[in-house]
Order: sequence, then structure tokens, then C-alpha cells
Amino acid sequence: MDNNKNWIDQRFPLTKVWNEHLAEYYTPRNFNFWYFFGSLAILVLVIQILTGVFLTMHFKPDAALAFASVEYIMRDVDWGWLIRYIHSTGASAFFVVIYLHMYRGMLYGSYKAPRELIWILGMVLYIALMAEAFMGYVLPWGQMSYWGAKVIINLFGSFPIVGELILEFILGDYAVGDPVLNRFFSLHVIAIPLILVILVFLHIVALHTVGSNNPDGVEIKQNKDANGIPKDGIPFHPYYSVKDIMGVVVFLMIFTSIVFFAPALGGYFLEAPNFVEANPLKTPDHIAPLWYLTPFYSVLRAIPPMFGSQLPGVLAMFAALLILIALPWLDRSKVKSIRYRSWPYKVALTIFVITFIVLGWLGMQAVTPLYSLMAQIFTALYFAFFILMPWFTSIGKTKPVPERTTEH
Amino acid sequence: MSEQEIDLKKRRFLTGATSVVGAVGVGFVLVPFLSSWMPSARAKAAGAPVDVDISKLEEGQLVRVLWRKKPVWIFKRDKTVLANLPTLDAELVDPNNTEDQQPEYAKNPHRSINPEVAVIIGICTHLGCSPTYRPELGAADLGGDAWKGGFYCPCHGSKFDLAGRVYAGVPAPTNLVIPPYNFVTDSLIRIGIDPKAS
Amino acid sequence: MKTFLTTLSAVAAIILSFNANASGAGVHLDHANTDITDEASLQRGAKSFMNNCSGCHSIELMRYNRIAKDLNIDEADMAANLMFNADKTGSTIFSSMPTDGAQEWFGTTPPDLSLTARARGTDWIYTYLKGFYADDTRPYGVNNHVLENASMPDILWQSKQDKSELAFNQEVRDITNFLDYVSEPVKLIRYEIGVKVLGFLFILFILSYLLKKEYWKDVKYGKWRAKD
Repeated sequence: MDNNKNWIDQRFPLTKVWNEHLAEYYTPRNFNFWYFFGSLAILVLVIQILTGVFLTMHFKPDAALAFASVEYIMRDVDWGWLIRYIHSTGASAFFVVIYLHMYRGMLYGSYKAPRELIWILGMVLYIALMAEAFMGYVLPWGQMSYWGAKVIINLFGSFPIVGELILEFILGDYAVGDPVLNRFFSLHVIAIPLILVILVFLHIVALHTVGSNNPDGVEIKQNKDANGIPKDGIPFHPYYSVKDIMGVVVFLMIFTSIVFFAPALGGYFLEAPNFVEANPLKTPDHIAPLWYLTPFYSVLRAIPPMFGSQLPGVLAMFAALLILIALPWLDRSKVKSIRYRSWPYKVALTIFVITFIVLGWLGMQAVTPLYSLMAQIFTALYFAFFILMPWFTSIGKTKPVPERTTEH
Repeated sequence: MSEQEIDLKKRRFLTGATSVVGAVGVGFVLVPFLSSWMPSARAKAAGAPVDVDISKLEEGQLVRVLWRKKPVWIFKRDKTVLANLPTLDAELVDPNNTEDQQPEYAKNPHRSINPEVAVIIGICTHLGCSPTYRPELGAADLGGDAWKGGFYCPCHGSKFDLAGRVYAGVPAPTNLVIPPYNFVTDSLIRIGIDPKAS
Repeated sequence: MKTFLTTLSAVAAIILSFNANASGAGVHLDHANTDITDEASLQRGAKSFMNNCSGCHSIELMRYNRIAKDLNIDEADMAANLMFNADKTGSTIFSSMPTDGAQEWFGTTPPDLSLTARARGTDWIYTYLKGFYADDTRPYGVNNHVLENASMPDILWQSKQDKSELAFNQEVRDITNFLDYVSEPVKLIRYEIGVKVLGFLFILFILSYLLKKEYWKDVKYGKWRAKD
């Protein structure tokens, strides 16, 4: 066995990589619940690719055949229903995991120097993931697929002068139809997954370059022992490999419960209107994207049309998304972790979380005057979090940050 | 404080047990993915048995139906044809059905359930063309008086008799395949299902 | 931290409890109370559907042999009594009504019902089938409380007349139950499989938990314990 290992090592840095990134890669000893979601995100990506590959074997990306082909998978293909449900549940699970993963970053200041690039790569991943999910949802060609696509793509037509051109460019036609379905299929099946995989690789390289943050926001590399090993570090393998495996099993228990017992999850994971084939002549009562896109949809709807154009709303929606990238520079606090932050910050973060959830919920509702007003208030609160951040991260009393990680 | 003694045995056991159960889990997960490659209900429905009514089948007439996208020939053989079949044995590669090209109930000189009704898959066993029906005795281009009726494959010249048995010296290596079939009634043939065991 | 998380979950729970997918539109729907594990009900529903509904409504995503297998109906029985316009049990179930005929007689094509239970819900179907009332202004003399100006005649009027309210409701429930099954045939078996999968994962969880605990002894008080 050793000879085989040597043969490979002489030609490929197998042992070197194993040691540098697993067995002798030192991670903080105090990782908690919030640190499961990175490895879970990789798991969900693998699950989506695996199930996606098998769905593609039966799905027909043709406007006349797509809807029926999904039902063919559900009924005629042996175990097709399971592969489909895993994929649809996986899409929502991906966002649950990612939102919790991003929230961890906000809790512990993981985006702060020297980890800004990890955050930026993560944000690009987030945007790519939203595009991937949006396009994936169009493929079954149900009423919500078609009309959701129509609404969102039409937003791109709101840009002045070039709007019409952009629309025709995206659609490959004068309306949502077969051409856009086919290109979304190609992007969803190969182009964006490739981009996602490459970005995940870069994201991890950037992480391993500086090492993980931790719930105390303490830089473990600043306290090394005589052998150069961080005093608060433990090798990722076997300790976090074994812990992450346990996390995976727990996640799978929740995941499979949904897949087998409630795959539509009351309409949140599989929307009822999407069980009706796309009909360009019949608009559904209520058009909404899936829950994971609704916070930004809310921001879009909150801004009324100005000068006959939806452009302000569109720009606000993109701004709401992109402003997250600026977090490392908006946050002026010297303290990373919420454990030692000032009260103004804790209040602000709590309000932000509530705002995000409320905006998400509002995005799923039909428009009423009350909900419109609420959307506007909470949109203001959302942007306020970022705009005021340089201020509230500079005021208030922070607790002294320990030199070493604390045990909990 | 002193270092805790590592219970290597326990670690090895737990690692082993978790790995084995994990591997079993992976095995379970593979089942739906691999099964999804098997013929779907739609494929099975399309490949379902085909019924053929032969009550109006005339002597010398060949009926061709598609079963699982393959051409199946059904035709009648009169007494002369049946009498001629054994005389051809010396010129054939496999006159006695030793190769596995037919169901048990077709392992007889006429390669069928009812000697007067032939049911044969019309695909040449050389490279898959569909041979032409040449029942006429003494055809000049097929050997003159020696030709007792049969099939000629235009692609590479293979020849078969009226029981689908292959002649020696032609490219095709084996007799034509007999599909599973049964007589639902005397005049209704169902291709795709063997007769029920009596 | 803990209080923060509890408040967070409370907020989330409150928000999620608002059913974002209520039927809306203000029409009160009766509860269908269908039980998909009730095989007898599904069989009655299948019979009722084929006899009363399949003349106009197709369920093109279903195959006869699938229904026979799932509902424990003998395939020969099915072929003899429930198949009217197909001869292979593997065929999909379509109605024989010609589209131009439908347009002329009803003003619209009766929709395929394969996914109606998933798109509209069982309560909707149940209330709709019971919701016909006399209305002279309509071509067939009936209108519907659930679907205003529905083009469909009250097909089950004979049952409504002859049976007791309880019996009629059960017939409607059976048809609704059958359509619920039709919209997702695998619903009959996915619970069972799910329980087994969860059971297996639970065993795997116990093992992986013990494995984690064993190795983390090193971190708690062994080789990698907290040092100054």
C-alpha cells in the first residue's frame, strides 16, 4: 500500500494536499452549530448535481414537451419521483443552508479582514445560485415557471434605451417561449454548475489561505506553540471530518423527512399553480417567486414605478443584493464576534434578521395597501442597516475580546 | 493533566461500523438511480404484446407486424412446404435448433406451435437487414429447382428456409429468431407472451 | 445568544404559520376529509370516475395498469369493466370526446384532471362537485358555487337525488380521493419508504455520534485538550 502511495506522491501532491488541507490544517477548536453549514452546502451541491444528471436523462427541454416530461419522470420512470423530489427539496435546502451559512458570517464577523475575498467569492456564489435556482424553476414549464419568468425577465426591459434589445437578447424571441426554455436548460444544466464548482474551489482556497474565523473572533494563528501549531487549533481531520459527518446525517434526517412526508411543503417548495401547464393566455391570480427569492422581490415591489418605469424598483432590488458585498468595509468595528459587540450592533442585527424574514414573507403575499406600506418600511429598514452601519459599529461599548478561544 | 489513553480498539470498531453502515446507505441510494435506467412504464407499454388476427390470412400471404420495434412475419405453410423442410437439412447450418434462437415450444422441425402457421422475427442474423419473402418454388436467381421457398436477404445475400433456418455458406451465422407468442384462440396470435403452462 | 435564537425562531414560526397558500378569493371550501389509505374508497372512486367522468375528462398521465396495480384491482376486471376506449392496459386514460364537439357543446374543452388535486386541492374538488345549483340562465340549467359560470353540467345529479346526503357526500369524497391519488400515485407508498429511510438514518446517526464523541475525547481532555 505504501509503495502505491509513494508512486502517486512522486507524480501528484496527494499526501502533501492531504496534510496541508486536512490532517495538518489547523481549525479553531471552538466551532459551534453555525459552522456545519459550509460542509452541508457542499453536500447539497453534490446532491443537486447527482439528481440533476439523472433528471436530465428524461427531461425534454421543449415547450411542448417539458411539462409532460416532468410528470413522465414522476410516474413512468422507476424511482423518478424520488429523484425529482430530492432535487426540488434540495433547491430549497440549498438556500436554507446558505442563508444560515451567511448569517454565521454576520454573527462572527467572518467577512472582516483578512477574509474579505472569501466573502466576495461567497457573494458571487450566492448570486450564481439565485440565477441557477431561477432558471431551474422555469424548466418544468408550469404556470408559475412561465409567468415568473415573464415578470422577472421583463424587468430587464425597464432599462432605458437598451431595454427592448436586452429583452430580445435574453428571450431569443418576442416573448417567453421555447427559445428561452432551451437556453435556460443549457445554463442550468452545465454552464452555471461549472461556475459554481469552480467558485466553491476558489472560495475554499481563499479560506485555507487565511484560516477559519471562529465564534470568539480570535485569530488563532497569533498564538502558536513551540512547533508552530496554533494553540487553539485542532487538525481538521479527524476532528471536524468526524463532526461534519454527524452533521450530515442529522441534515439528511431532516431532508429525507421532507422528501418523503411533505415534498411540496404546503406550497413553499413546490407551488400548486405549477402543477398546471404554462398557458400564455391565462395569468395566475398571484405570481410570486419561490420563498428564497422573495425578500428581494419585496424590495422590487416596494418601490413604485417612477416616470412610467419600473427601473427604480429594479435598481433597488439589485442594490439590496449587491450592498451585501460591501459589508467588510461598512463594518467599522474592531470587534469581530457578536459575543463582544456593542448593544447598538446587537439591536441592529436583530432588526435586520426580522426585516429580512418579514420582507421574505411579504414577497409571497398578494399586494394590498397595508402590505405595500409594510414593504416600504421594511425596505427602508433593510437599507438602513447597511447605510448606518459605519455609525452603529463605531459607537457603544464593546466587551474586551479574549486572547484565546473560550470553551462552551 | 495527564493525557487520556486512546482506546484504539474502540476507535477502530466505531470507524469500521460507521463506514460499513454508511456504505450500506450508499448502496441503498444507488438503487433508485440505477433503476431509473430500466425501461419506464411508457417503454413497457410501447413494448406490450401485439395481437394479430389471422382468420383472414390467405395461403402465401405474409403479414408483417411491429413488436418492440421489430418486424414479425406471420404466414401460412401448406403441406408441400412442410414436406420439403426436412429435405433441406443437409444444406443448413443448424437444422435441429441447437442454437438458442427460439423458445422451447418452437424447438421442432417447423419451429412453431402450429406447423401450418409460421411466426418469425424478420431480422437477418448477419447485420440486421430485413430479408425478402421468396416463397415461389424454383426461383431462378436463388438456385432454380433447388430453391424450395424461403427468405433472401438483399444486403449480403443470406438465405433462410420457410422455417427461418439459415443456409450454409451465407454470411448469416444463425437461424432467424422466433419470438415468444401464443394462440389466444385458433385465429388470434398474441406476440410477446409464451403460452401458459398447461 | 440563546434568547436571541429563541426570539428568532418564534418570529419565524409566527410568520410561517400564516398559510401563504390559502384558497383566497373568499369562497368557503368544505373539508374533503379524504383518506388516501382507504383502498375501498379509491376503488369506488375509480369506478365512479370511469363511469361518470371519463366520457369528457381525460386523466392522460395515468395508465390503466398502474391503477390496477396500485388499487389492487385485477387487470382482467379492469379491462372488462373500466376500459371503454382502449384495449391495452398499458394505455393512458383519455376521453373520447372530440375537441371540436366539446367546443360546440360546452364552449370549452373539459380539462384533463390528472393534476387537479395538486393544483386546486381536494377541498376544492369536493366542494365543487357538491356545489351545483339550479340556474335557468345557464345552458345546462346549472351553475356552481365554487366555479362561477362553470360549463360543466351536474353529472352526479342522479346520485344527489337518489342517495342520502351522507351517501352522496361519500361518493363525491371517493371521486375526490381517487383524483388525489391520480395527481400523485406515489403518495400511496412514499410514507412507508420514508419511515424506513429515517430508521436507517437514525442508526447511522447513533454510530456517527458515538464516533464523534470518541474522537473528541482528544479535544476535551486528551492530546488536543485546551492548553495555556
